Amino acid sequence: MKTNLLDEFEDLRTNSVTSLSKAKENGKKVAGMYCLYSPSEIILAAGAIPIPLCGTRQDPIAVAEKVLPRNLCPLIKSSYGFAASGTCPYFNFSDILIAETTCDGKKKMYELLSQYKPLHLLQLPQKQDGEEALRYWLGEVNQMKERLEREFAVTITDQDLRNAIRLVNEERRSLKDLLDVGKLKPSPLSGMDLLMVIYNRGFCTDKKEVVQIVDRLTSELHELYKRGVTPFNIKTPRILLTGVPVGIGSHKVVQIIEECGGNVVCFESCGAYKAVYEHVNEDQEPLLAIAEKYLRTPCSCMSPNASRFELIEKLADEFNVDGIMDLTWQGCHTYNIESYSLKNYLQEKKRRPFLQIETDYSESDIEQLKVRIEAFLEMIS
Amino acid sequence: MVITAGIDVGSTATKAVIFDGTIRSMAMIPTGWNPKEAGRNVFREALNNAGLQERDVDNVVGTGYGRISLSFIDKKVTEITCHAKGAKFLFPQTRTVIDIGGQDSKVIAVADDGSVADFIMNDKCAAGTGRFLQVMTGILDITLDELGQMASGNEPVSLNSMCTVFAESEIIGFLAQGVTKASIASGIVQTIAKKLISLTSRVPCLDEITFSGGVANNPEICTILSSTLGFKFNIPKNPQIVGALGAAVMGFIQS
Repeated sequence: MKTNLLDEFEDLRTNSVTSLSKAKENGKKVAGMYCLYSPSEIILAAGAIPIPLCGTRQDPIAVAEKVLPRNLCPLIKSSYGFAASGTCPYFNFSDILIAETTCDGKKKMYELLSQYKPLHLLQLPQKQDGEEALRYWLGEVNQMKERLEREFAVTITDQDLRNAIRLVNEERRSLKDLLDVGKLKPSPLSGMDLLMVIYNRGFCTDKKEVVQIVDRLTSELHELYKRGVTPFNIKTPRILLTGVPVGIGSHKVVQIIEECGGNVVCFESCGAYKAVYEHVNEDQEPLLAIAEKYLRTPCSCMSPNASRFELIEKLADEFNVDGIMDLTWQGCHTYNIESYSLKNYLQEKKRRPFLQIETDYSESDIEQLKVRIEAFLEMIS
Repeated sequence: MVITAGIDVGSTATKAVIFDGTIRSMAMIPTGWNPKEAGRNVFREALNNAGLQERDVDNVVGTGYGRISLSFIDKKVTEITCHAKGAKFLFPQTRTVIDIGGQDSKVIAVADDGSVADFIMNDKCAAGTGRFLQVMTGILDITLDELGQMASGNEPVSLNSMCTVFAESEIIGFLAQGVTKASIASGIVQTIAKKLISLTSRVPCLDEITFSGGVANNPEICTILSSTLGFKFNIPKNPQIVGALGAAVMGFIQS
């Protein structure tokens, strides 16, 4: 299945380079982000453009390894390599980088990265529960607001924040509607196409525009489903993918799953369901509402991280999946260790077939991965 | 009568089984550099052994890492599924398969109907595989049979590296220190046992356990592994053909 709309998404990334360049000429500020913990609402409220930064390709890893240890996770190496080699256009456009202490590797890498660009580091608490964790995080979120006000010489009012919250919530609503297309059986959309859309849409500089085109795609996909147009059939094994962030360039596991006859119907990962399953409360004091929502992100850097397990369990039911795959980048200790508990949790609760895949961005283990993934699909078919 | 063939193109050896409800014949050759040719040749050899022609075979199922290179097969199935089926055929009470092949080691939980309930494989490196043993016997200048004999009853030296390349350096160090060959041999086999223990902590061993793959040809190593893990193993007479047999059985069920 290929709708013309998918081509539009293919072009989004390249088009955004042009629109960013124009926006900069008109005096617009750009804040680059690496992680779901960076509240894009505050960037928007500052009148700046939030833009995701590159970190999902193998190419710049060799450059990164001149400085960083080899046994570090590929996401950290790729992010640093893109910046150091000047090959990420979004990095080059950025006036400031918003970073976060999600893991040891990242926080130390950011120290090195700060030589290239002004960088604001959000210090995350390591737990989600309790008033003191929220108070602390609210302080961090507030410091980010003050930093942007200083850097961009603006004042961010509560009204600015409320407007931004509404805009980003609308973006979440539209992305969630799209992700929920995967609940249809069989899904009219491949996981690879879905990944391309959720990855590329992030680069669109106009939030209102991206909401519109995502909504159009969603309704077109529902239309295709009604007409029975799908690359899959009722027997295609339906996979939920959880674990580390994935994007275009680090998509090999998604590609292998679908080449071997499965369909990734649900991405629980950072760019997908983790980002959209909750909204920022629009009726609360805005900065507190932002802090609360972002602190609840079910990331493995939190301890404990029970909400991730509960989210996966809920999604597995809602998406009617046949199996769950947990992707771990080599060197990502938090997701790697958590995989053991996740498997036990899912098997005790539901006897859900579960496969952990540990790999990196390179293509060296494609054949070995195929054996595991094909065997898993044979097992659940 | 339905006749099927299973071809298992492994990293080290290529195996074929001709099956008609029982094993009609089997063959095994080194894979070499050309998995496609090896698959062809082993099929021909197994047909010869059975006194059959290619046209007599109703269904050919390919498995093993080289399954994708076989053009003459009707279906390809992964070696995980095939090992479960093959082990279940040989030992109907099998609930766990431990397979140590040339470049993979795996533990497979088998359901009552012979399907796979769960499985785990080693990481992408050669730790705990046949290749690991092969490299180590190379350094000690002994055969795999001799390795087993030397290892049994001797106090193992503690090898800390699971990685083949690092373990090689570690062994060279031990040799320089004058540690005995027997003690090193014993340490090498213990390394395989350690790897199996870590795999079976993810996919637990349940009685009965069938042990397949080339390493199972070595009775001393089997004894050491089974006593370290604390389980008795079913050892097939031809432990290397379990995957090919499973492939042939799958073809047979579908015919």
